[in-house]
Amino acid sequence: MMGYELQFILPIILISFFATSAIVIDAILLKNKSIGFYYSIIGLAITIIAAVYSLYKTNMALIPTHHSDKLITKGMLIFSGYAAFFDILFCVAGILTILASKQYLKRDYKEINEYYSLILLSIAGMMIIGHSNNLLVLFIGIELMSISFYILTGFFRTNARSVEAALKYFLLGAFATGFLLYGMALIYGAAGNLDINKATFFMTTIGKAPLILSIGVGLLIIGLSFKVAAFPFHQWAPDVYHGAPTVIAGFMSTAGKAAAILAMVIVIRPLIPQNIDKHELNQIFNGDTIRLIIAIISAATMLVGNISALVQKNVKRMLAYSSVAHAGYLLMGIVANNPKGWDGIAFYAVAYMFMQIGAFVIISLLERNNEANQDISDYAGLSKTHPILAATMGIFMFSLTGIPPFAGFIGKYYLFASVIESGYVWLAIVAVIASIISIYFYIGLVISMYFKEPGEKLQESEKGLSYITLGIASVALIIFGVFPSFILNLSHRCFNLFLF
Amino acid sequence: MFPLFITLFLPLAGSLFLLLLNKDKPKLIKYTALGFSFVTFVVSLFLLFFFNQNNPNFQLVFEAVWIPSIDAGFRLGIDGMSMLLLLLTTFISTITILSSFGAIEKREKEYYVMILLLQFAMTGVFLALDLLLFFVFWELILIPMYFIIGIWGGKERIYASVKFFIFTAVGSLFMLVAIVWLGYYTGTYILHNSAGFTTNFFVLKTALLNHPIPIEVQRWLFLAFALSFCIKVPLFPFHTWLPDAHTEAPTPGSVVLAGVLLKMGTYGLVRFNLELFPQASIEFAPYIAVLAVIGIIYGALVSMVQTDVKRLVAFSSVSHLGFVVLGIFSMTIEGLQGAIIQMVNHGLTTGMLFLCVGMIYERRHTRDIAEFGGLARVLPVFTVFFGIAMLGSVGLPGLNGFIGEYLTLFGAFRSQVLGSQWYTIVSATGVIFAAVYLLWMFQRVMFGTITNPKNENLEDLNKREWLTLIPIVVFIVWIGVYPNSFLKISENSTRALVKKLELVRTSNNKRIEMKDVKTEQRSVYKDK
Repeated sequence: MMGYELQFILPIILISFFATSAIVIDAILLKNKSIGFYYSIIGLAITIIAAVYSLYKTNMALIPTHHSDKLITKGMLIFSGYAAFFDILFCVAGILTILASKQYLKRDYKEINEYYSLILLSIAGMMIIGHSNNLLVLFIGIELMSISFYILTGFFRTNARSVEAALKYFLLGAFATGFLLYGMALIYGAAGNLDINKATFFMTTIGKAPLILSIGVGLLIIGLSFKVAAFPFHQWAPDVYHGAPTVIAGFMSTAGKAAAILAMVIVIRPLIPQNIDKHELNQIFNGDTIRLIIAIISAATMLVGNISALVQKNVKRMLAYSSVAHAGYLLMGIVANNPKGWDGIAFYAVAYMFMQIGAFVIISLLERNNEANQDISDYAGLSKTHPILAATMGIFMFSLTGIPPFAGFIGKYYLFASVIESGYVWLAIVAVIASIISIYFYIGLVISMYFKEPGEKLQESEKGLSYITLGIASVALIIFGVFPSFILNLSHRCFNLFLF
Repeated sequence: MFPLFITLFLPLAGSLFLLLLNKDKPKLIKYTALGFSFVTFVVSLFLLFFFNQNNPNFQLVFEAVWIPSIDAGFRLGIDGMSMLLLLLTTFISTITILSSFGAIEKREKEYYVMILLLQFAMTGVFLALDLLLFFVFWELILIPMYFIIGIWGGKERIYASVKFFIFTAVGSLFMLVAIVWLGYYTGTYILHNSAGFTTNFFVLKTALLNHPIPIEVQRWLFLAFALSFCIKVPLFPFHTWLPDAHTEAPTPGSVVLAGVLLKMGTYGLVRFNLELFPQASIEFAPYIAVLAVIGIIYGALVSMVQTDVKRLVAFSSVSHLGFVVLGIFSMTIEGLQGAIIQMVNHGLTTGMLFLCVGMIYERRHTRDIAEFGGLARVLPVFTVFFGIAMLGSVGLPGLNGFIGEYLTLFGAFRSQVLGSQWYTIVSATGVIFAAVYLLWMFQRVMFGTITNPKNENLEDLNKREWLTLIPIVVFIVWIGVYPNSFLKISENSTRALVKKLELVRTSNNKRIEMKDVKTEQRSVYKDK
């Protein structure tokens, strides 16, 4: 029985092992920086293999929820195909980030191996979120991820903006954690259970809702909205992403966001009625009310994110604001709460990971000292000075806008389809309006790169491993945009096995 | 089927192949691009042999699985209407590339990659028989066209390209929501298929024929689709992007924009709006026809006062496409056939006018009418070509424009959907205005004495320019003298569509009568 379970838990074990041992290696081999780099990449690659294995295993051997008590994890963790899918996503994001980091760290600052182990630790946190079936385990995962992010944000210790961002992130994040924990405590008090499955089952079947339960769920939504950077708890995101090391900002805004959305899928989704025609789940605080709240948050997030991004002159800040908007798009999948919505979340998270990390890597190649050369006007004439960078950035921008044939379009199409299917046509229309707004600033960057003459500042960039990241990201965007079926089928099959 | 597949993918293959070539060899790049485009044109001519004109349905259908979970497939097919437009696309693209040899002088490699990509996307729009696939091609057009205007355009190119991009994207995103809604509604409520979703055009067509969407919803869907297409056409209040885009685009860009891109809007109106939302189309037909008539008159009046030749031709497009839209929404065989032949005509004549304007521009680097005068003396051969294009556009009997305008006006005249002859009477004045502004422009540019000394030593057409213009002239005269060889290609498809619309209209009327009878009965019953 134990070995049976071990194959599912293996990715988490592996990533935790590699994360902790990376620190030890750093301590032993102080001088050689490359070993930590290769070690973490190899570690992530092995974890991906384990996750793929467990993905296909879960498809074959489904563990029913009510049996999970008998496992050694005592129902603390679940082993679903969906979690395994996201495990792979987190690891791929990690590899892309680490590949782009080496040159970047070398250039401006000293390369330190604990950087890599922190990335691995945050990935471990994300994986725990995906596998959690217990509010406390979920909390541990969120905290592991967040604390790693706090440190990574302030990794440039001598750079004032980086340190400021870290402090801001830490203070606000701690506050949000308070909300989260308080919400969990109240839910525990009302439902008498920390097991997410049982607690949500209790909430959706009990006749009369105690007030503390409603407050608890409300606080939980607030806490998670903060982690997702959804309106009105998004204010930290632009500052933090702007101040953080550029490559890390790309990582946080994609993998971190996907993990937070995954947490919402795990906790909030069961409270939303799945079928719009049957209102079986609304005895307690109406499931439709929660759905409406999330829908409003989603709509406001999209609009606020994109409108704020309109006026930004700094590319990094523009992408930070637009990443807020993308959280809004992802939330549409939770509002819909139907198979298309889950597939849409999975697909869009993959597409968004490639385009956002790619765009941030390009910024990291062109910027200097985490400050200079970040304005849109600095990108003037990039197509002449750096044709490859301009072309890939063009692909990322068009994909972020949602122009076919890039993957971003299919993701949006799926999410639109899912909300329309659940009867929220107005949300789809708001999303369309938000996309229209976003065209302006994404295209603005393309204008600067292609239609303007290069300025006096000639920017140089070292070719290196970052180009691998860019290559993977742009090729993946085109391939998944033209042949999306592979990812969609995978996530679809995974979600059928998601344990309810 | 195979030839259709080649017609679609050969330009894409060419575009990718050009990426591999060295950018320091512009000559090689030019001729490779021309070769790919020309072979595509030849292949598309072969399609005529495979195509059965007596069959009104889609032919040479190619289907492949694409995204099974939402029943989106890679479905291609062709009927009479798209056949003509496909031939127009491959023809104009070849001409465009030939004309680019003189007009494009920087960053050649990127340019030819973009123009072949554009040809691929345009072909896809006319072949796609799946709404999602159609939308992908529809949006894909934006990217190359945006770069063509933005990089190789004139002074205000950035403004024009952004305006073009945003106008088109705004329209199409609302169409996207409508596509999703339609797919969901049909899949879940009519077909009950496993995906609960479909964008298959064949399926949608038959399903919606038997189970029409409730008219309240159909109106919104119609408007969402129509907005997107009307912006592209462009219909009167949405036309403001067109003059800017045309004026700022390089000559080949204008040719392809006028020749093919605008036809996508009118094609979409016929293919999707009339076919999928017949009830709403009948309801909205008078309103859209009014906009079309306004466009005809407005475009003509604005053309008269232009001082820039290119801008004048651009505004004349607004006027000419008004005829197309009027013909479409007359919903008669004559009107629709006229609209389709007028799409081809406009592509040929306006494309040729832009080519001619481009040729003068290459010689004088200005397009201001006041700068010219008396060019006929120094450019006798050019004058003949320019004259033919201009007269074709005016609608001189014996040339192509006459056939299209006559048929659309006749269709609108006897249309029962529009129900009034005033549409024809008012828009017929547009033909007169066209004669006024085009002949006046021609007179000011070509005739009289040479007032500007710079015009004295211009060279007449070279061989390449001859080669660009001759094929267009052949078609202009051919359509004018014997239009039947083109009309009969599309005739059966249009006949089937009109028949269907007629059926919907009569059953609508019956339903209304039935309702009246019922309410009368009820009131009688109440009185008792």
